[in-house]
Amino acid sequence: MTITTPDAQVRRVPARGGFSPTILRLELRRLLRNRRAVIFTLVVPSLFFLLFGTDQEYRTEQAGHGNLTAWIMVSMAVYGAMIATTSGGAMVATERAVGWSRQLRLTPLHPVAYVLVKAVVAMAMGAVAIVVVFVVGHLVGAELSTGRLLACGVLAWVCSLVFAAFGLFMGYLLPSENVMQVLGPALAVLSLAGGLFVPLSEFSGTFADVARLTPAYGVGELARAPFGDGGDLVLATLNVVVWAAIFVAGAAWRMSRDTARV
Amino acid sequence: MTLSAPPAVRLDGVTKTFGAVQAVRGIDLTIAPGEVVAFLGPNGAGKTTTIDLLLGLSSATTGTVEVFGSSPRDAVAHGRVAAVMQSGGLLKDFTIRETVELVGSLFRPARPAGEVLERAGLVDVADRLVGKASGGQQQRLRFALALIPDPDLLILDEPTTGMDVQGRRDFWNAIRDDATRGRTTLFATHYLEEADAYADRIVMVNHGRVVADGTASEVKAMAVGRTVRATWPGADTRALAAIEGVDAVDVRGDRVIVHAVDSDHVVRHLLTRTPAHDLEITTRNLEEAFVALTTDVPATEGALA
Repeated sequence: MTITTPDAQVRRVPARGGFSPTILRLELRRLLRNRRAVIFTLVVPSLFFLLFGTDQEYRTEQAGHGNLTAWIMVSMAVYGAMIATTSGGAMVATERAVGWSRQLRLTPLHPVAYVLVKAVVAMAMGAVAIVVVFVVGHLVGAELSTGRLLACGVLAWVCSLVFAAFGLFMGYLLPSENVMQVLGPALAVLSLAGGLFVPLSEFSGTFADVARLTPAYGVGELARAPFGDGGDLVLATLNVVVWAAIFVAGAAWRMSRDTARV
Repeated sequence: MTLSAPPAVRLDGVTKTFGAVQAVRGIDLTIAPGEVVAFLGPNGAGKTTTIDLLLGLSSATTGTVEVFGSSPRDAVAHGRVAAVMQSGGLLKDFTIRETVELVGSLFRPARPAGEVLERAGLVDVADRLVGKASGGQQQRLRFALALIPDPDLLILDEPTTGMDVQGRRDFWNAIRDDATRGRTTLFATHYLEEADAYADRIVMVNHGRVVADGTASEVKAMAVGRTVRATWPGADTRALAAIEGVDAVDVRGDRVIVHAVDSDHVVRHLLTRTPAHDLEITTRNLEEAFVALTTDVPATEGALA
């Protein structure tokens, strides 16, 4: 019996570990199909903004180079980006729970390419969340120069990488199909502590001091830096860098354990 | 067989331990390219653990695992081996077509999505969400995903679970079709008739070891002997087990069932020294061979129950 193993020579592994526009397109489409994720990412932050940020008083009160409505708009955009990037990262929890990760391990998809896909999808949703709040804000009287507005948006978006990493970490840590039911309320608490809903100056000294160490604080402060109304930007930058390092390290640690051959 | 072609599967002294549990206790198994092999054994025999080792989903505690002469992970990445798992593994909010497209985007080369959907009989439901597809359609989708890299070795873990009779027949026709063109196939099943009908070779495992290996008729012959049934209320099973050549004794109600290499000894004993009556002597079919080869301790009361 002579069996020539068919075309063993032409079999290859995909470029970039399997990271491709096709996989991104399919993953984005799938995320947009998740009605709950879309509502919480794209509708709730704008709703909060309309409820809390559009008082007549706020539209006339200055906040650095803009009005208070714009200031609150940026905070809510950060909140939206946090939800979007966290839920994007946390998709790995569902995929592990239903065994999709195992299915993917029967393909050449590299674990790093997989995480990169999750991160890109999460960041894309984060960008959309920010743009939606900014558009709503523009319609209801947020005032800030286009250049500064753009700077706020980019800063909010880049800093929300912290929460994409947070989502990935939690996604690997919590083996649940409904991980966002836990993370949603957690993000609301972090947003409150980070001064996104109420300025930290409204709180007592000790609470405000502790709050400055929580992960949403740095992202919010940096995103609002273009208003030029003070704030400790060194502390905020340090906050973002340290939390990013913690979440990336945590996600990498859990990921390596997950893909280890047992 | 040419010497240069490596075997499709080579397991050499493979063991796998999970904590204190020894799931695989030393399996040696070589499968030549083109063979269709059924992997039989009771639950917990080590079938799924062995399959995980072949797919690189876990690594052996000791021993060598090779697929076409390379490591399982390498064989998976190059699409030389693919598998159909028995459950899970699909995302509800992809459509059937999207699932095929995504996996197709990863393999070089990959069969076109349309062709794969056609072969798995999924063209009419391709745009249905996986979560809205029936169990049988989901199983066909798993099969479709395994066809994408056009693998040289296809591993199937209980592949027809959840399929209706027609689906099962279509499935096996597709598998046989590919096998005639040289695809090696290894399937775990608990449908003994499937093993008998579709496999060239049957490998039986129990307690993490191979207990029988050969064609269906060879395996049946390996569990030589016959089954003797008799009515004997309160049978003395200890005495029966002590008869030379008896390998299993079972009691069901008033009936005593004895498996033995030499049934004449048993029958003579029953008729001359006991009140047993209504004797019945049968040869074993594959199912009984399976039971005989995977029954733990000889002459244990109720071991077959």
